[in-house]
Amino acid sequence: MKRFAVIAPADLSAAARMLAEPNRSALAGGVDLLDLLKQELAAPDELVNLKALGGLDRIESESGGALRIGPLVTLHQLAASPAVRARHPALADAAAEAATPQLRNLATVGGNLAQRPRCWYFRNPAIVCLKKGGSKCYAVAGLNRYHAILGGGPSFIVNPSNLAPALVAYDATLTLHGPDGARKLAIAEFFTLPKADPRRENALIPGEIIAAIDVPAPPAGARSAYIEAREKQSFDWPLASAVAILAMNRAGEIEYARIVMGAVAPIPWRAPSAEKILHGARLDRAVADRAAQAALEGAAPLAHNAYKIPIARAMVRRAILRAGGIADETA
Amino acid sequence: MARRVTLRLGFEGELRDVVVTIPDDEPAPWQWGEKFSVVGVATPRLDGPLKATGRAPYTCDIQLPGMLYGAILRSPYPHARVRSVDLGAARRLAGVRAALERSGATIRFAGQEVAAVAAVSPEIARDALRLIKVEYAPMPFVVAMDEASRPDAPDVFESGGNVGSPHLNEIGNVAAGFETAAASVDAVYTTPVQTHVSLETHGAVASWNGDELTVWCSTQGIFGVRDDLAVHFSLPPENVRVITAYLGGGFGSKFGAGHEVIFAAELARMARAPVKLMLSRAEEHVATGNRPSSRQHVRIGAARDGALTALELEQHGSGGIGGGSGSAAPYLSLYRCPNLRTSEHNVNINAGPASPMRAPGWPQGCFALELAIDELARKLNLDRLEMRRRNNPSPVRALEFELGARAFRWEERARAPKARGPMRRGVGVASAVWHGIGASGPQAQCVAFRDGRVAVRIGTQDVGTGTRTIIAMVAAEELGLPLSSVIAEIGDTRYLFSLPSGGSMTAPSTTPAVRQAAAHLKGKLMRLAAPALGAEPEDLVISDGVVRVRAEPNRAMQFADLCRRISGDSLAADGEHVPNYGGYSMTQAGCQFAGVEVDIETGIVRVVDFVAVHDAGAIVDPLTARSQVNGGIIMGVGFALFEDRRLDPQTGLMVNPTMDDYKLPGVLDTPEIRAYFVEVANGITNTGVLGLGEAVHVAAAAAIGCAVADAIGAPVRDLPLTPDRVLAALGRV
Ligand SMILES: Cc1cc2nc3c(=O)[nH]c(=O)nc-3n(C[C@H](O)[C@H](O)[C@H](O)COP(=O)(O)OP(=O)(O)OC[C@H]3O[C@@H](n4cnc5c(N)ncnc54)[C@H](O)[C@@H]3O)c2cc1C
Ligand code: SF4
Repeated sequence: MKRFAVIAPADLSAAARMLAEPNRSALAGGVDLLDLLKQELAAPDELVNLKALGGLDRIESESGGALRIGPLVTLHQLAASPAVRARHPALADAAAEAATPQLRNLATVGGNLAQRPRCWYFRNPAIVCLKKGGSKCYAVAGLNRYHAILGGGPSFIVNPSNLAPALVAYDATLTLHGPDGARKLAIAEFFTLPKADPRRENALIPGEIIAAIDVPAPPAGARSAYIEAREKQSFDWPLASAVAILAMNRAGEIEYARIVMGAVAPIPWRAPSAEKILHGARLDRAVADRAAQAALEGAAPLAHNAYKIPIARAMVRRAILRAGGIADETA
Repeated sequence: MARRVTLRLGFEGELRDVVVTIPDDEPAPWQWGEKFSVVGVATPRLDGPLKATGRAPYTCDIQLPGMLYGAILRSPYPHARVRSVDLGAARRLAGVRAALERSGATIRFAGQEVAAVAAVSPEIARDALRLIKVEYAPMPFVVAMDEASRPDAPDVFESGGNVGSPHLNEIGNVAAGFETAAASVDAVYTTPVQTHVSLETHGAVASWNGDELTVWCSTQGIFGVRDDLAVHFSLPPENVRVITAYLGGGFGSKFGAGHEVIFAAELARMARAPVKLMLSRAEEHVATGNRPSSRQHVRIGAARDGALTALELEQHGSGGIGGGSGSAAPYLSLYRCPNLRTSEHNVNINAGPASPMRAPGWPQGCFALELAIDELARKLNLDRLEMRRRNNPSPVRALEFELGARAFRWEERARAPKARGPMRRGVGVASAVWHGIGASGPQAQCVAFRDGRVAVRIGTQDVGTGTRTIIAMVAAEELGLPLSSVIAEIGDTRYLFSLPSGGSMTAPSTTPAVRQAAAHLKGKLMRLAAPALGAEPEDLVISDGVVRVRAEPNRAMQFADLCRRISGDSLAADGEHVPNYGGYSMTQAGCQFAGVEVDIETGIVRVVDFVAVHDAGAIVDPLTARSQVNGGIIMGVGFALFEDRRLDPQTGLMVNPTMDDYKLPGVLDTPEIRAYFVEVANGITNTGVLGLGEAVHVAAAAAIGCAVADAIGAPVRDLPLTPDRVLAALGRV
């Protein structure tokens, strides 16, 4: 690990100015950043300690149910907050399912959204792949059991964040604070596909800090669910996850549907075709099945990850059923 | 010199009198129905609080004045000639005190050591590694066993040919055996390379004083490390002292002085300062050994009643550039079969070498054999436990099957409906054999001090199994003292010799030596007490810390008062492990039952519960015995479901040399485990203690594999049982 200094900004603008200098990284909980430093995948001279900033670790809720989440809120806070659980249970569950209790006490929302991918070629300091400025993606002809089945190419990472699919489903907006002031960005536009630039995963420009996450209230009566499948139950990342938000009209027909998958694509993957099937339908197992089928249409697996397709399908179906209040047979 | 004693030996339901010949100075061996006061009592580890509070000094905790930190440069290429190594820039870096290279090395695996440095901080040492200029001439490589077996594969060694000559075993006539079979199975099973993942990585602190070398080392065998270092540096062994006070696991990977220990000592000599060199987790995964992979082609046949008629194994296995991969042992001894043929081949690939790992060859062999037996039982329409009973050679295991089946509710669960929504339940049972009978060699010393405390000293090491605790318990038992009066001192080559801690040898090998030493000390103490109590030494007994005249218990003295009569500082006596005498049985039977739940839509397997029944001879500490069972099964869960050293075909690098990508079971992956012991008075030694470390691991993955096949109605013949394979077996991908 290269030697570095930790510097403390006085306020957000100062932090943004500090981060705009070359060879600096934002430090939040440090869960991912320390790993990157130890593996020498990041070698900043200075860490700008966001924890020195006050007021960014709060969850504020409006009477209508909308949330404003500070970037330094921990995953534990998110999982334990009655305000979040009230209208955004999928977000609370996404946080609760991530990592381990110790990690959830450290890991922050901002850091969770900006964490780097888990691709084992990326994480291996001896390998220089496309994402690190090299000439090829080693996953294509290599070991790719955990890689993308949707939206991949030329890099095939999956977005590792549990929170991302939930926040996309709830239509969150990020406030990004840069050296020249703040801008707002829909979270769906925050995450970027490798097609645009395989070296990056999001739209942050140098100096920009995720300063707030605004999550509107879901439509009245909407119910939501987050489900993930892990190979291992302790200390593991999901193979696939799904968020479903459903709202029914008086007649019992679905009038609002949101389906977003995690861990299957380089970005949180929304499934409009599944939403279309749900729209106007009366929910039963067959409908959920068809929607799940549609969600994975177009999946293009690599040599070793086709098995993720049925898993993702099962997650989508179960999330829909759970959001729709239909008994889950796996519990 | 020798005497004959008649012992009541065996187990509940099968006891007999056996005459054994033992040396005169050997205490009477414990036998069936022996009454104990310390032994057999559930006792928390004596060093538990030290470990739990971080005060137990492990090797990486050792800090010496002026100590430097070592680091190793490793090859990024799996096969290369090292043209040149330039240490100049590294040596010139401020804070670097020594640098050396492995001259003339041909690299045969990615991660092989090339050079090493010592510097005033670990960070400077790492910086220095980056300044070492190495010119490699890369060569073609092969990291997959199947590919390495092809005639056109790159040769791992110049001598050519990656597939070794077969090791054969043949009994009876296999062809004839298959002719009489009513049904048979012919299938290929595979198991992955598993790494040891000891929580404490390999490493050492080396310190020279003239031509005397002291090494604190994370090792399972302090004397082996001492001897290797003595040879390497041409020193008499007594000039080398090795200390392992606490050890964070080894599982077979920590015998002898590994390259990291040699580097630490060489760097310390060059720098004229102590050097600490601990490996990183990634280095641990690639360069310190592994359980080799296996590809097992099994043919097995049985008569209509389930009796095996023929069994054949064609096995290939590879850990890397060396190490025995054989997995035939269970085929030869788990079940009765008149016609047997096994053929084992080692295959070399460009990867780190294998090393022994917890029951080498057995978990692999058991997985394939037990799953094949299940497949055969299904064809014959026999209950799978019944099939095993028919072929079981061990009367102890027959009882264990009964106890286990009752505790597990086998009859009911094997017939219960499998499905609940997408979940499928299944059960499996598998057998274990081990030979944790120990060996002679260990010697121990017991010392009574004038303040009434007793120390037991022996040059063994506690690999994490509770050795320190059970040694103290055995000495306390023999001396009639409360455990709190006894201190166990281990982990130093200054103490009397003991064997490496491996092969389930530690408890059975050390406890008889400790008991003899304690008995000898007791003899000396009785001679000291006799005049004071006006009795003959033979008429005295000690219990609960009081010495009494047997016939007149009121004539007594406190042990502490007796110790004040010791002239000088202390009274010491030695003892040894005399060669094992033929007792009741030299093998050790076990069986394990597993219950699993499989989600057929995701292929994810959860191990729900385990019942383990084992013969452990005399159980010294039921708590540490239970810990062994827990550890053996949890490691089996890892082998069955998760673990796999994955090598990238493009670069030859291991892609998962971490603890998140190399997946180990965690709390939520750990089943409910119930352990039962069938106490067998075996009369092999004066304690009759057997080692449990391996017996408890042999069958675990096999039982899980069988349970998964039962749950989904199809065998998954390749470990680990990852979702992709389970879904493929279900026809869902
Ligand atoms: C064993 C293990 C298992 C895990 N399992 C899961 C899992 O199942 N699901 C899951 O979602 N996560 C999982 N994680 C990842 C973990 O949740 C993230 O590493 C963590 O959330 C990162 O947050 P942090 O505050 O520690 O970020 P840091 O490590 O401090 O920062 C991470 C990155 O984000 C940048 N950054 C931090 N804050 C901001 C900000 N406000 N604005 C802009 N950039 C910022 C940093 O510069 C850095 O590049 C796991 C981690 C481990 C170690
Ligand atoms: S998937 Fe992306 S990070 Fe992984 S090897 Fe390919 S380019 Fe690199």
